Amino acid sequence: MFDTALTLNDLLFLAQGAGMTLAVTAVSVTVGTILGILFGVLRFQFGPIWFAPLTFLLDIFRSVPLLIQLVLGNALQSILKLGWGPFTTSCAVLSLYTAAYCTEIVRGSMESVPMTTRRAARSLGMTWGQDMREIVAPLSLRIALPSWIGLTLGVMKDSALVLWLGLIELLRASQILVTRLQEPLFILLICGAIYFLLSFPIARLGGHLEKRWSPHD
Amino acid sequence: MFGYTFRWNQALQALPQMLDGALVTLQVAILSMVIGLALAIMLTLFRRSDSRILRGFAVAWVEVARNTPALFQIYMAHFGLGNFGIHLSPFAALLAGIAFNNAGYLAENFRGALKAIPETQARAGRSLGMGSLQAFRLIVLPQMLRIAFLPMTNQMVWAILMTSLGVTVGMNTDLAGITQELNARSFRTFEFFAIAAVIYYLIAKAVTLGARLVARRLFRY
Repeated sequence: MFDTALTLNDLLFLAQGAGMTLAVTAVSVTVGTILGILFGVLRFQFGPIWFAPLTFLLDIFRSVPLLIQLVLGNALQSILKLGWGPFTTSCAVLSLYTAAYCTEIVRGSMESVPMTTRRAARSLGMTWGQDMREIVAPLSLRIALPSWIGLTLGVMKDSALVLWLGLIELLRASQILVTRLQEPLFILLICGAIYFLLSFPIARLGGHLEKRWSPHD
Repeated sequence: MFGYTFRWNQALQALPQMLDGALVTLQVAILSMVIGLALAIMLTLFRRSDSRILRGFAVAWVEVARNTPALFQIYMAHFGLGNFGIHLSPFAALLAGIAFNNAGYLAENFRGALKAIPETQARAGRSLGMGSLQAFRLIVLPQMLRIAFLPMTNQMVWAILMTSLGVTVGMNTDLAGITQELNARSFRTFEFFAIAAVIYYLIAKAVTLGARLVARRLFRY
């Protein structure tokens, strides 16, 4: 195991793969979060009945395997002749996937702000926007942040599936190396260690925040 | 309109085949859930034990399962174990990967559930003459499973969605595998995968709904 054919260049190749994983994650989480906040606020304002069609649509993204979503997204973009590359397609699908989960987080955290607090703000003469910015945002943020961190990490791990569309991210890069060097265990261990190092510290931070900010236990 | 003609007929003709695949998908998901549940209970016991080695083992398992992609875990079972001369079939590798993943997430759910069960209850059991394992089995475990029922339902849905990853290690009998094979033969990608998506959606919804009904029946006070 210690006399490996792995060279520094191969490690660099893996690092590039990790960079691709991070890039896909960053784009998807950013776009997904913006959409999620938008949908979440709309859902809260319109109420569950008027928002039902969109709830159903977003629910699909949570009940269908991501792999199938990616294949469908890719097929759809070629049917519509959009000419998107694998990176754009992956980011688009993952963004909607993130948005579906983020909407639920935003909705749940907004519901946790007591209505009386908001009414008090409005009766002090704050506008709807001020109420949102000064009252709802700070109070719901601390409810939402731990779950949002969990979601971000989940998307980072799920982004491994974009290899199916031919994007060379961390797992695909390690698979290419395995095919060439024939040392599956060693290379996969390195790959797993990289994922672990990316994910574990942030997961710990999320757990810490959750413990510190939760009113009970 | 797009210069693409949908051929739903062709895809719908393959529906019986795909439904057979859905059964295999369910089978893998249920098996992985049963194994994962047993392992998770074992990990929970390890975490509560006095031995540092057992505790470390449980923590390592949970952290690795939760901080690496499920696909990586399946790859590890399929390609990684080959280094030791263990060559798992795609079915076994998929099952092992998902069960490993389930165990980690369920153990973490159980840890949260345990917080809600007062330590005094187990002690009361002990003082009535129960052994440590007996108290766990008869007093802590039933409550733990009850509190963690909803997260367990979610994990079951996750397990169903994760079975689709088997196609990446050459699984060709489950829903995703069969769909991919039909797709490779006909290139009707959108049609076949859209039908697969509908089937996955219906299974996921059926599981959620079924679990809700079961919960209403089981957890009446």
